[in-house]
Amino acid sequence: MSTEFDQKVHGTLADANLQLAIYTATGRLKEKRVETVAAEALPEYQELRTQANAIKKHAIENLDYYLEEFERNLAAHGGKVVYCKDGTEVADFVLSLATERAAHLIVKSKSMTTEEIDLNERLEHHGLESVETDLGEYILQLAHQRPYHIVAPALHLTRYDVADLFERRLHVPHETVPEKQTALARSVLRQKFLAADIGISGANFLVADSGAVVIVENEGNARLTTSAPKIHIAIAGIEKVIPRSQDLATFLKLLARSATGQLLSVYTSFLSGPRREGEIDGPDEFYVVLLDNGRTRLLPDKGKRQSLYCIRCGACLNTCPVYRKIGGHSFPWVYSGPIGAILTPQFMGVQHEPALPFASSLCGACGEVCPVKIDIPKILLDLRSDVKKTETREKQNRLEKLAFRGFAWLMTHPRLYEMAGQFARSLGPPSFQAGPLGAWLSQRDLPPLPGRSFREMWRRR
Amino acid sequence: MSRDHILHRVRTALGRSAGQAVADAPPARIRVPQVEMDARVASMLARVEALAGEALETSNPSAFVAAAIAGKTAVASNAPYLAERGITNLPGVRSGIIDRDQLREACASADVGITSADYALADTGTLVMLASPHEARLISLLPPAHIAVVPRDRILTGLDELFSILPNPAAQTSSMVLITGPSRTADIEQILVRGVHGPGHITVVISS
Repeated sequence: MSTEFDQKVHGTLADANLQLAIYTATGRLKEKRVETVAAEALPEYQELRTQANAIKKHAIENLDYYLEEFERNLAAHGGKVVYCKDGTEVADFVLSLATERAAHLIVKSKSMTTEEIDLNERLEHHGLESVETDLGEYILQLAHQRPYHIVAPALHLTRYDVADLFERRLHVPHETVPEKQTALARSVLRQKFLAADIGISGANFLVADSGAVVIVENEGNARLTTSAPKIHIAIAGIEKVIPRSQDLATFLKLLARSATGQLLSVYTSFLSGPRREGEIDGPDEFYVVLLDNGRTRLLPDKGKRQSLYCIRCGACLNTCPVYRKIGGHSFPWVYSGPIGAILTPQFMGVQHEPALPFASSLCGACGEVCPVKIDIPKILLDLRSDVKKTETREKQNRLEKLAFRGFAWLMTHPRLYEMAGQFARSLGPPSFQAGPLGAWLSQRDLPPLPGRSFREMWRRR
Repeated sequence: MSRDHILHRVRTALGRSAGQAVADAPPARIRVPQVEMDARVASMLARVEALAGEALETSNPSAFVAAAIAGKTAVASNAPYLAERGITNLPGVRSGIIDRDQLREACASADVGITSADYALADTGTLVMLASPHEARLISLLPPAHIAVVPRDRILTGLDELFSILPNPAAQTSSMVLITGPSRTADIEQILVRGVHGPGHITVVISS
């Protein structure tokens, strides 16, 4: 475990207010999810999960085909696809477009994909103003923090934190009532929307047969981002493509329920290309950036590639006993919780934080709630094995191997195994005051050794 | 160019070649239930109200809208149905805008946006709006209140029926938006606040 990971975990555990905030917020989201997916509320829930999994599996196995189909259909509606391999290429594309169109102000709606590549920082470094417009993301941008949770990005901050932040950064009176804080953000951001040259959004789905980008949200900021400015750029990971519009009848039912316990999010936008002849408003230019940023690295492994099925609902975070204690910022990258524990090592390499796949109790809750049935616990185990394989401490590794080989040999020789057991018992209870076991045993008692082994008792029964 | 580079990487990883066909995708799951129109209307009303919206059925939508916008300014869409029902002629209502900048200005200052809807989804209380010369995007978005006047026969059972009627919405419009309740957020301490960026008040008028 790196010192940084360790420190962040302990810092979070020691902060009682933060513990309460995480516990309450995830608990509420978890409860609402359960209400809307319960058998009496949605009898076909399991069938929908199976269907969603099958569609994602098919789409990922034929990813190149559906990306090209998406590209063709979007082009037919006047939109343009731009493939980018990393954040540098995305920033270069946005910057050159901004320069050509003399654009200065960008409004952004929430996108985990743009968090991956620190897009705002990159653009602001080159003199553009890029404003997050989702309330939670706006607060975090003012605080210079990254999202704490995939769907509730600012769950770790209190209204008092927000009041301090607005006072300091927006030079407004100290205001602690969430309704009033929201109204304030609305009026500041409304001006930005009306003045913005470019809107940048993420995408929840890319629909191949329609060439459409689907964006799901509750606030209306994504609608404003994609309809007010004259240029709309959607930035999406290549894994977001699904074959047909009709598949949305499956995915939309699962996404909002799993994320926030809503039947549908307030706004679902289905966008294909710039505004058309006769349409009164909407952007004149429409671009979709298809981002790799490490995704193709996940494709060769048939088991682990299912990590790319994720629809970013956050249900696994809310249900995870580890996330609910250590919170979002303990995780070393933008994705936290169980999905973060499997995405981060695969995107960044297992060495980025080797302890990550081990920071799980393997209780299986994440796999149970996943709407697209990603077998997260199995992937965590695979990643643990990957970490062990690349372990650099060769010597310790060799010793461990030797110990396990000896143990295997002993287990396959029952007579010797029994004699070894008798010998060990004759030595009396072991004592480990020093060494790594000593620290562990300082707070635990070993059970007393039995007089006879199970095998002996069985023979004498 | 990154396009070829990325597609090549994808194909190599998947063991596919350029232009290779694919096996049929698993059939889309579309199940349209049989629900009587009265039951759809009842469900639509109940769902919108459960989301803290206002919902009602009336045979005289123009009288209702007139009372709702009395003393306020409103922008109405160019939907023929609104004109047919006399809503575009109500006092305080501006309609017939076809210029983007004018529309934007009107919507940014209006108290109420009035639209029709192409469809409604009974099981979730959703309005389905397709951008067209008749319906602009900003009318249901910029003003703090949105009133939608929907003929009762446009109420579908739900998403499955919508996508069976519109298997490819992009063939008709650059923008289809599903609206389910008023704009909301819970980003500060999970406290529900309505009207963060979109309208905080939504009224669904089902007209018969």
